[in-house]
Amino acid sequence: MAEEPAASDVLSLDELEAVSGARTGRRHLLSVLVENKPGVLARIAGLFSRRGFNIETLAVGPTDDPTVSRITLTVDGAAHPIDQVTKQLHKLVNVLKIRDLDPDETVTRELALFKVSADDGRRAEIVGVADIFRGKVIDVSKRSVTVEITGTGAKIEAFEELVRPFGLVELVRTGETAVTRGRLVT
Amino acid sequence: MRAVDAIVECLKAEGVDTVFGIPGGANLPTYDALYDGGVRHILCRHEQGAGHAAEGYAKASGRVGVALATSGPGATNLTTAIADAVMDSVPCVFITGQVRTDMLGTDGFQEADVTGITMPIVKHSSMIRDPRDIPREIHEAFHIARTGRPGPVLVDIPQDLSRADIDYEPNPALQLPGYQPKSEGNVKQIRLAAKALANARRPVIYAGGGVVSAEAAAELTELCTSDRFPVTLTIMGLGAFPAPHEQWLGWLGMHGTRAANYAMDEADLICAIGARFDDRVTGKLAEFAPRAKFIHIDVDPAEISKNVPAHIPIVGDAKRILPKLVREYRALEADSSRLDAWWERIHGWQERYPLTYEDSDDEEIKPQFMIEAIHEATGGEAIITSDVGQHQMWTAQYYPFSAPRRWINSGGLGTMGFGLPAALGAQVANPEATVVCVAGDGSLPMNVQELATCVMEDIPVKVFLMNNFYLGMVRQWQELFWGRRYSAVDMGTSPDWVKLADAFGATGLRATEKSTLLDTMRQAIETPGPVVLDVHVSKEENVYPMIPAGAAARDMVG
Ligand SMILES: Cc1ncc(C[n+]2csc(CCOP(=O)(O)OP(=O)(O)O)c2C)c(N)n1
Repeated sequence: MAEEPAASDVLSLDELEAVSGARTGRRHLLSVLVENKPGVLARIAGLFSRRGFNIETLAVGPTDDPTVSRITLTVDGAAHPIDQVTKQLHKLVNVLKIRDLDPDETVTRELALFKVSADDGRRAEIVGVADIFRGKVIDVSKRSVTVEITGTGAKIEAFEELVRPFGLVELVRTGETAVTRGRLVT
Repeated sequence: MRAVDAIVECLKAEGVDTVFGIPGGANLPTYDALYDGGVRHILCRHEQGAGHAAEGYAKASGRVGVALATSGPGATNLTTAIADAVMDSVPCVFITGQVRTDMLGTDGFQEADVTGITMPIVKHSSMIRDPRDIPREIHEAFHIARTGRPGPVLVDIPQDLSRADIDYEPNPALQLPGYQPKSEGNVKQIRLAAKALANARRPVIYAGGGVVSAEAAAELTELCTSDRFPVTLTIMGLGAFPAPHEQWLGWLGMHGTRAANYAMDEADLICAIGARFDDRVTGKLAEFAPRAKFIHIDVDPAEISKNVPAHIPIVGDAKRILPKLVREYRALEADSSRLDAWWERIHGWQERYPLTYEDSDDEEIKPQFMIEAIHEATGGEAIITSDVGQHQMWTAQYYPFSAPRRWINSGGLGTMGFGLPAALGAQVANPEATVVCVAGDGSLPMNVQELATCVMEDIPVKVFLMNNFYLGMVRQWQELFWGRRYSAVDMGTSPDWVKLADAFGATGLRATEKSTLLDTMRQAIETPGPVVLDVHVSKEENVYPMIPAGAAARDMVG
């Protein structure tokens, strides 16, 4: 038998652990900076569909730099390995930067418009609920009232639950957008 | 200068000597510039042929292949080649004509949304919107096609923009802020990988086409022989490690050797280099290499942990990483004798299950015999392309490749009809080489029109047709898994391949007997110009060994 190699050279293969490729089990909010060029959104949407990744929400808008747009999207980390999603996104040449936002370090907001049926004298009640949620009444008609709610997805869902019994005619949501807390750039 | 003249200047600046394609209305301006632009244009007979020719050119030379097509049907005809190139990471630039900008979106004559159609099958694409961007976009296309993980890039140019006058400045600055492929590899990870290799008792090095793309065959061999590491390659990697070598296990996967597949199955450490754990390699994923830890070296971070979770991921260029890994490994002075027991086990498999077949005892030509004859007739020195099917598997099994870029096949997409146009492109890139296309009688008709291109352009490829009168691979699956119900696999006896070759102006030859096969092959190779040699082989031979689809390595049959 040869001599044992020096202690620092010994490595039991059992100690090695697989890195990444795992499902995290939680929802992930990805903030993606992309070049503001035609077709970029189509590339991202196409990538998600052909790889079988499901986008839960998606919000797109300009940034302070006119050549750059920001796409904020949420993906279910129970269904997909998030590192695969981000690595595939990174392969798109027009994708500049991806942040998988830490929920504790992030402020998220979404805007929702609720059109609630209000034809039997229940308008005051609905406005009352909207007030509690700091909602804004933005349109009133004989048979409906439309309320704007801004907040986290959870807040919007809570409001939805409360107004549903009145008769929800329509609900329009923008999808969440987000920014990191503090001085740190998203 | 006209934008199209700038395109030709860009091609020359990129070192392109030859392009393949077919003109039409939307790319007429480009063809006008090519008329006396100083770049050789090879007029193919179908855009798919032009696309595969560009791939063959790229695969044989390591340079970027270029194909041109007009809008609409010209561009859609290219799509199979584009998909093929993305699956096998082939560096290609496809330049398509598009309808005039004032017609875009109006369903104008020969309009097709080519950037949309090809979006899922390109590494990158762009449609020109400002003619002043054309030179930069062309250079960016080349840069993206050849760097990082190579792949196809498409540039779609509306006809009116290609006619615009622009100020052409050579070498415009690239604007690719989101594209920065990594090359060096993390030093700590490389050190850890060396340590893992030094402590493994049943290691296997498993390398793929990425090593060929990275021009890292010598570096791979250096790593493998820095100890007595057993080596297997994917079918895409053949030639990256010299086949006749005592550490060579044969290739792995569905029709690989038992020794290679069993070694993966029992390995305690697998070092994957430029390979992507394709399902044809792993078989049933849940039972793949159940005892192994994985080092995974790849230039594409998304490949790492995509199919098989890696324990030591290293992102970068194999050509840069492997020498560092060798240095780190050597410094550890690992004791080679730890591998004795492992080699004993591997030798046992190699002795028990050699790659072999039962030869006929009469004049019948067995397909495997045909491949061995090709090896003999070419001295093992030819560039071999192949179509898709049984003949492809037998070629990979029975033609040992001793150097990279000699084996050119469609591995990822499995495109029948790839072989002839790819051979055409490979021959253009290597005018002095013997280029043989091992064709299938089902596959060859799919791009046989390129024989005309070979004749007209004096491209002397040798097509060795393995004629079993069947869609053989499909017939094999029907025999084994569908109760011998041979549905739609009989190719009959049409065409007469000798007459067809003759009609194209090529030479047609036929071989039906074992005893004269080798001589006829030599005659084919010595005959100037393109040749089709129709070899009649056993009709119902099967490719073995085989891991049935979805089964594990342990369940190899035949
Ligand atoms: C374009 C295309 N169509 C269909 C297939 C499915 N397919 C795979 S192998 C095969 C048979 C190939 O027959 P042949 O070229 O005669 O080769 P052989 O298997 O007989 O050697 C077929 C139809 C394919 N791979 N590509």
